[in-house]
Amino acid sequence: MLLIECPCCGVKAEETELSPGYEAHLKRFGPGSTDEEFEAYMFARKNPKGVHFERWRHAYGCGKWFLAARCTATLEVFGTYPAQVGEPPADIIEKIKARRPDWKGYK
Amino acid sequence: MSHFSRLWRWQVGNFRREAAEGREVGTDAPGRDALRDGGHAMKRYSVFAIAREALRHHAGWERAWASPQPKASYDAIIVGAGGHGLATAYYLGKNYGITNVAILEKGWLGGGNTGRNTTIIRSNYLQDSSAAIYEKARSLYETLSQDLNYNVMFSPRGVMMLAQTHHEVRGYLRTAHANKLQGVETEFITPQRVKELCPILNIDGPRYPVLGALWQARGGTGRHDAVAWGYARACSAMGMDIIQQCEVTGVRSEGGKVVGVDTTKGYIGTKKLGIVVAGHSGQLAEMAGFRLPIEAVALQALVSEPIKPCMDIVVMANTVHGYMSQSDKGEMVIGGGTDGFNNYTQRGSFHHIEETLRALIETFPIISRLKMLRQWGGIVDMTGDRSPIISKTPLGNCFINCGWGTGGFKAIPGSGWAMAELMAKGEPGPLAAEFDMWRFKEGRFIDESVAAGVAH
Repeated sequence: MLLIECPCCGVKAEETELSPGYEAHLKRFGPGSTDEEFEAYMFARKNPKGVHFERWRHAYGCGKWFLAARCTATLEVFGTYPAQVGEPPADIIEKIKARRPDWKGYK
Repeated sequence: MSHFSRLWRWQVGNFRREAAEGREVGTDAPGRDALRDGGHAMKRYSVFAIAREALRHHAGWERAWASPQPKASYDAIIVGAGGHGLATAYYLGKNYGITNVAILEKGWLGGGNTGRNTTIIRSNYLQDSSAAIYEKARSLYETLSQDLNYNVMFSPRGVMMLAQTHHEVRGYLRTAHANKLQGVETEFITPQRVKELCPILNIDGPRYPVLGALWQARGGTGRHDAVAWGYARACSAMGMDIIQQCEVTGVRSEGGKVVGVDTTKGYIGTKKLGIVVAGHSGQLAEMAGFRLPIEAVALQALVSEPIKPCMDIVVMANTVHGYMSQSDKGEMVIGGGTDGFNNYTQRGSFHHIEETLRALIETFPIISRLKMLRQWGGIVDMTGDRSPIISKTPLGNCFINCGWGTGGFKAIPGSGWAMAELMAKGEPGPLAAEFDMWRFKEGRFIDESVAAGVAH
């Protein structure tokens, strides 16, 4: 069972208190984009076995969306951070690198 | 029906069929052609073989399939020795005569989702292209034990999908009409008939009363491991190499076409590559240089302690999200929900067990005091429209069969049939045509995510 700390209210919430929201940092494409861009935004997913960045909502708590870095192979949670960023913050990247030295980095 | 009486019927069926074909009963007929081509010698299983071996201390049984080292190259390599991969190889050999084939497996044969599902077989889908491929699979299951000379224990005991809301009643009536047009035999039945078919069901639940059900009398269950084992034995007999504990680590290409794969047992060349790896499709696709509209999540199931026979059909309750059947050992086999987040842990989340059982207890009050024995998970590959992908890929001569998500077991023979046609001809046949990976870009969804209900 996952324990994830909500960066908005500071509660260390257990899995049933949260709603998962799948891949984070998607770049949105709408009207005016090409079919390829829209398909990539809508359907193509990184789906890594290892370090993954994803959206969560503290559904039965403060109700806020936030982002988490987690390992999909071991369920280890590296850290969480507010959703108002375009890419993972430096301190999260450092935490992941400390735990996964062979990680290729965020791209 | 007990295990023994099913085995007996199957043996009698073999005897009748052999007698009808004018063959000497119990001889090694199907292995002969393969032997000539250098295949693994295969003795035919029959009731006479059992009798013969009983008289000589069972010393004459052979390995069901060979365990060879990889050759330098093959006409076709299939990655993944689960049900779908082995079925693909089998129909490549049987339907197209391509037998210089290797099936590479990172773990052990049938150890992924093939050995982790709840063994349900049905074809009551809404969309035409889904109904076609699932019904093809179901109809192949009918004679699979005879075709493979391996008892897969197909048991067409009937599958019932409960309608517990008015939305579901409308949805299943629509599906029943669609099935009629597609030639799939299903019917919408009344709550009284539901109670007759499955007396342990409580049809008057306060929250979710049973308002009817979609009934497929020729749906049922099969022995999941035996499906993989039967295909493996038949592939081996045709001279194919099933190479276990051989993980693919890279895909090599030249001029936009695949030329071979790097594995933990060295480089192996190939003219054609079929990727049939379910949960790890994303990793293999990345090696081959393309991305898939797939996310991998864990789906889990559990079984209870064994009890006396109390339920001889399969019941799916999609509103409360649980499905149940009784195994030959007497365990109640219960399927649960998927995790809501990507993972590869093959174990599932603890709270889903509680959710699933809590939901089922209203409909099946008798399970409230049952102890649950075992729980396990498998990694399912979910596509955007919850329908599979059987497709060419951006890499030449590389084909992919994935995205079966939470409902792949029932499709194994049909999936292998369609994938073999795609790999042999280089172009999809009618069964696979709609399931290409470009449908997401072009908006041609085969949308079963809202059509089939959740358990799918």
